[in-house]
Parts: sequence; C-alpha cells; structure tokens
Amino acid sequence: MRELLDDLDRWRAAGVRVALARVVDVEGSGPRGPGAAMAVSEHGEVVGSVSGGCVEGAVVTESLSVLAGDREPGVITFGYSDDEAFAVGLTCGGTIRLFVEEYDW
Amino acid sequence: MSISGELASRVRDGVPVALATVIAGPGVGAKLLVVPDGDPAPSSLGDPDLDRVVRRDALAELEAGRSGVRHYGTSGQTTPEDLADTDIVTVFVESWAPPPQMWIFGAVDFTAALARVAKILGFRVLVCDAREIFATGRRFPMADEVRVAWPGPVFAERGAELGSRDVVCILTHDPKFDIPAVKGALATSAGYIGVMGSRRTHAHRLERLAEAGVDDPADLARLMSPVGLDIGARTPEETAISICAEIISARTGREARPLRDTEGPIHR
Repeated sequence: MRELLDDLDRWRAAGVRVALARVVDVEGSGPRGPGAAMAVSEHGEVVGSVSGGCVEGAVVTESLSVLAGDREPGVITFGYSDDEAFAVGLTCGGTIRLFVEEYDW
Repeated sequence: MSISGELASRVRDGVPVALATVIAGPGVGAKLLVVPDGDPAPSSLGDPDLDRVVRRDALAELEAGRSGVRHYGTSGQTTPEDLADTDIVTVFVESWAPPPQMWIFGAVDFTAALARVAKILGFRVLVCDAREIFATGRRFPMADEVRVAWPGPVFAERGAELGSRDVVCILTHDPKFDIPAVKGALATSAGYIGVMGSRRTHAHRLERLAEAGVDDPADLARLMSPVGLDIGARTPEETAISICAEIISARTGREARPLRDTEGPIHR
C-alpha cells in the first residue's frame, strides 16, 4: 500500500471516492503476497496491482460495484480451487483472496 | 488524526505499524491500528476483548514482519472449543516492518535445516561461508541470499543493519572462520548470537577469543553456546528446532519449560 499513498492522498484532497483492494491470502503459487494492493477511484482511475495482471480487470469491476453500493465490502476469491471463484483465474494456478472496501477510514 | 492518516504517516516514515481489518463475519470493515510504542489514534474492532487479543497477535506479526489472516470469536476466543459457540470474525493483519534477519555463518549440513525453519518463522536468511564450493544458491535455495565471503567484511559492510529482532548463528567449528564471525557479531546489536560447538569446543573458543582481545564478560555473556535448548536434538532438523526455540524464548524472555509445569497466563 506504500506505493499508493500519494494517489490516495490526492484523491482524498480532491473529494474523489476510492475503493481499496488488498490481497489478504494466497494459496499455492501467486505472484503477489498479502498486502499487495490496488486502488480504484470512482472515475475508474487505477493505481497499484494485486497480481501479475491476471485479475486486475475483474478487481476494477468489483471495486466500482462497491463504490456504487451494488456490492457489500468483503472478500473476493480468484482461482480455480473454490466453487465461488470468479471465472477469471491466475495463470500460475494459485488462488488469491482480496478484501475490497471503500477507502473512507 | 484518522486511522489512514496515522497509518500513512508511519508507513512513510518507516516506523513499524500494523492494521487489523475485519474482512468477514460481524463488523466487516472495522479496524484496529496497532503500534509497538505509544498510543495510536483510537480504533476498535467492536469488542474490547477482541481488540486485546488481536493487538497481541498483531504485535507478534509485526515483530516477525508478517501479514496474514486469523480467525477469532466475537470476544477474541481462539481455541477450537471456544470457537464452536460463537460467530467467527475473520481478521486480516497487515504489518509494515522489515522482516527480522538471520545471518548463518558456515555452509554446513545444519545450515540448510536452520535456514528452512528460519524461513517458516519469517526471517530473511543470509548464508555466508568463505568456501565457494559450499556456499551456493543450489545448496541453499531457501536462503534469501548466499554469500561467499569472510565474516569480517560482511559485518563491516552490513553489521549496522542488525538490531534486537535479528539473529546471528555461527555453525562452523573452524576457528579461522568462527573467531572473526563471533567478533563481528558482538560488534552488532543482534538480539541473539548462537555459536555451535560442544562445551569443550566452546571452552577452547573462549581461549582463542581472549587471545584475539575479546574478553569482556558482558560480551561473552551474549554468546549462546553450546547453542539451542536442551530437547535432546540430534539431527540437523531437530537441532534447527532447538536453536529456533531458543531464539523465540530469548526474545520473549521465557524460560522454555513445559507449560504443564508452569503457572499463570500462557500469553503475557
């Protein structure tokens, strides 16, 4: 999250709403460990990354849903080992879980 | 100051801080800011007992430089029996701290086992030996760094990195190598210095250290030698557990006796 701080400050100062997605858990092979984070502004601007590019697109969609109130903040899972997993998988075959919430704290 | 404001300022300054966030169960999104020193901005996961237990665990995660998910009862319960009767609160603890380091001198049989256990505990592991054919990344794939070097220059170059969370283990029995390694380690603030060898080897080593001008009792008292807790370890793997258990007990200041035979709270 360290690398996101400047952008988060900038958005907050401008009154732009932002969603924050953080990797909380990685099973098997995953490109980024717990703590990897990306932020998505309500205008769809994106900073940071949570994988090697495998799931970022889907994370943007989910982040915007959280900001729009269409989805509760919570854990989303990417990978093939979980029935509820999103269709988007990691090329490395691992599973990652992210916590997505509005950055309003 | 807001939670994020205080978090950002500590992260920017490189000061240790942990953030616990409820990611599933009652109170999703609740946050607790945890710092090893001072009082952070008021924050809570919604229950004082849960806060207390999570703060304790977060400080341990922070000390090890780890981030990860843990499960609790709504009042901080952690045992399987207690968790059977409560909603489960899933908490993500994110730590901002450099991982502690373990420097292992001597690329011997015990080194690989010790490096493996050290990785489990969250150490950044450096293996160092002057002999090129032994100190190779192929022999120690679990190490973060393998150096072919004499101890002196390594300590001169990077000894200042070592602090109370960091560990030096000297596993060679070769005086050519372990005397400069002990000298180098004693010049750092490393929290634990383990030196392998029998009681007789250590007695001889003390004589050679004295010849090398290392005879301050306060210095020599820092040396854990023979190394490890007395659990009857024989194999490299068992020895690694014995050493790492001693490292943990040195950090926590506990006596390392069976809990059955001690009294008082287990987690202090």
